[in-house]
Amino acid sequence: MNTLIAIIGLGVLCLLFEIFELRKAIVPVTILGLLAVLGLDASEFNAPEAYYNNMIIVTKFSSAFSGLFIILTIFLVALGHKFYENQPSKISDFIAIKVFLLAGAVAMVSFGNLAMFFLGIEVLSIALYILAASSRLSLKSNEAGLKYFLMGSFASGIILFGICLIYGAMGTFDVTEISEMSRSAELPVWFPIGIALVTIGMFFKIAAVPFHFWAPDVYEGAPALTTALMSTLAKVVAIATLYKLITVMNAEISEGFQHVIVIISMASMTVGNIMALRQVNVKRMLAFSGISHAGFMIMTLLSTTNAAGTLLYYTSAYALAGIAAFSVILYVCKNTENEDVTNFHGLGKTNPLLAAILTAALLSMAGIPIFAGFFAKMVLFTQTIQAGFIALVIVAVINSIISVGYYFKLILAMYTKEPNETRTGTPVVIYAVAVVAIVLNIALGMFPSLVLDLLAS
Amino acid sequence: MNNILNEIGIENYIFLSTILFSIGVFGVLYRRNAIIVFMSIEIMLNAVNLLFVAFSTYHQDAQGQIFVFFSMAVAAAEVAVGLAILVSIFRNLGSIDINKLKNLKG
Repeated sequence: MNTLIAIIGLGVLCLLFEIFELRKAIVPVTILGLLAVLGLDASEFNAPEAYYNNMIIVTKFSSAFSGLFIILTIFLVALGHKFYENQPSKISDFIAIKVFLLAGAVAMVSFGNLAMFFLGIEVLSIALYILAASSRLSLKSNEAGLKYFLMGSFASGIILFGICLIYGAMGTFDVTEISEMSRSAELPVWFPIGIALVTIGMFFKIAAVPFHFWAPDVYEGAPALTTALMSTLAKVVAIATLYKLITVMNAEISEGFQHVIVIISMASMTVGNIMALRQVNVKRMLAFSGISHAGFMIMTLLSTTNAAGTLLYYTSAYALAGIAAFSVILYVCKNTENEDVTNFHGLGKTNPLLAAILTAALLSMAGIPIFAGFFAKMVLFTQTIQAGFIALVIVAVINSIISVGYYFKLILAMYTKEPNETRTGTPVVIYAVAVVAIVLNIALGMFPSLVLDLLAS
Repeated sequence: MNNILNEIGIENYIFLSTILFSIGVFGVLYRRNAIIVFMSIEIMLNAVNLLFVAFSTYHQDAQGQIFVFFSMAVAAAEVAVGLAILVSIFRNLGSIDINKLKNLKG
């Protein structure tokens, strides 16, 4: 709870800095503030408590995921320093929106009442609509913003209808009461319909097949830093929230629901990977890669009793690799019109360090050992086999092999092609973010138990 | 108030809201003018608000009505952002026809 209040205070502080003409200090102060908030969050880890009549419930799950969100936001704010240098008068708005977005994200994983869940998801989504359309003069960004807005508010409407039916069935918004009542034998038919609608709405936000069609367009059109935010932070928040919703509200998951999860998971992986194979735009390729990773993450919903640690590990591995990859993309595509693979030709010769980082990030996403992505997939597959879904794991392994194909397309372009342009400047912040993110990723790969055992009950 | 609800029956409120919600969904899917699409989204949200109030009376519980305030405030913020995006599209393109937005394909 204190984490949430501190984050909102920090956002207001960012806006005040604009008034006092302290724009240069915004990024460093925000990063320091977020580090302090991270400490506050860590202090709440072992002190589960409920606040305001169960509106907010701080648990191990919520504070662990909040910590991950805060770390990701620190990276994204640090990258913003360079990315927004041409718009100095707007930097406080951009940073403040990101901090408020983080507040929505924290509210989404620590809700104890469906009202708080709805407010959290809306704070996050509205901030994202603004960020997606934030490059005002670029028609691509406008189009991405409008598409994201339409799909997002459509999904919000569906989620709201689901919440309404759950309320109608249960007569309360409190998730613990709903969870208790959902064990009783006689439930109105509205309750499963409501759960289904909320789940569909969350699948929209995660971009799982068949609700994925907006993702590639929006990822391609939005400014690169916003794409980084959507593919790392927003996706992780949405899947963590869906996991929490399913575990707290739907105590006994029916067999039909599991079949649906299996089918959506398989479809997301397969469609995402096959579409990614034929993309030339790197942002678009990573969008499809994100869709396939969403399929992997959804697998955790099949063993809800013990998969929280696995989900945290998988999402951290994926998000850290994503941050590292996007910081390289930000550097390479800074002055180019598009983000095609041709821009990456010869990066291994001009910037060996950045090329190595991008390679490492892509290998982690593909699931090659020593990077966290491999261990995340291994733990996830083991757990899913134990839950008894062998067919799903076979499809997932085949998909991991397919995914190596398009990741290597980019790696080969960096190392075997001749450079077609000279790259100047060594932005320290981008290097620092990329190095720290990939080092964290490798550290997770070396010591998986650090995160995996965090949520073991 | 409760007598009226008993006479009409909660099911009829659900049917009405579902119909309104579906009208909104089809509006979003089939209309090509962005303003009409926004209106359809509003119809979806307001259909849900209607159902919230009906359920609130059905359960004799004020939480549902309070939730309506939340969802109205959120809808207002959402539409404000949406209209701002629309204005910047109109400045760049001179039109708000969704079919003309076809730069992102692949």
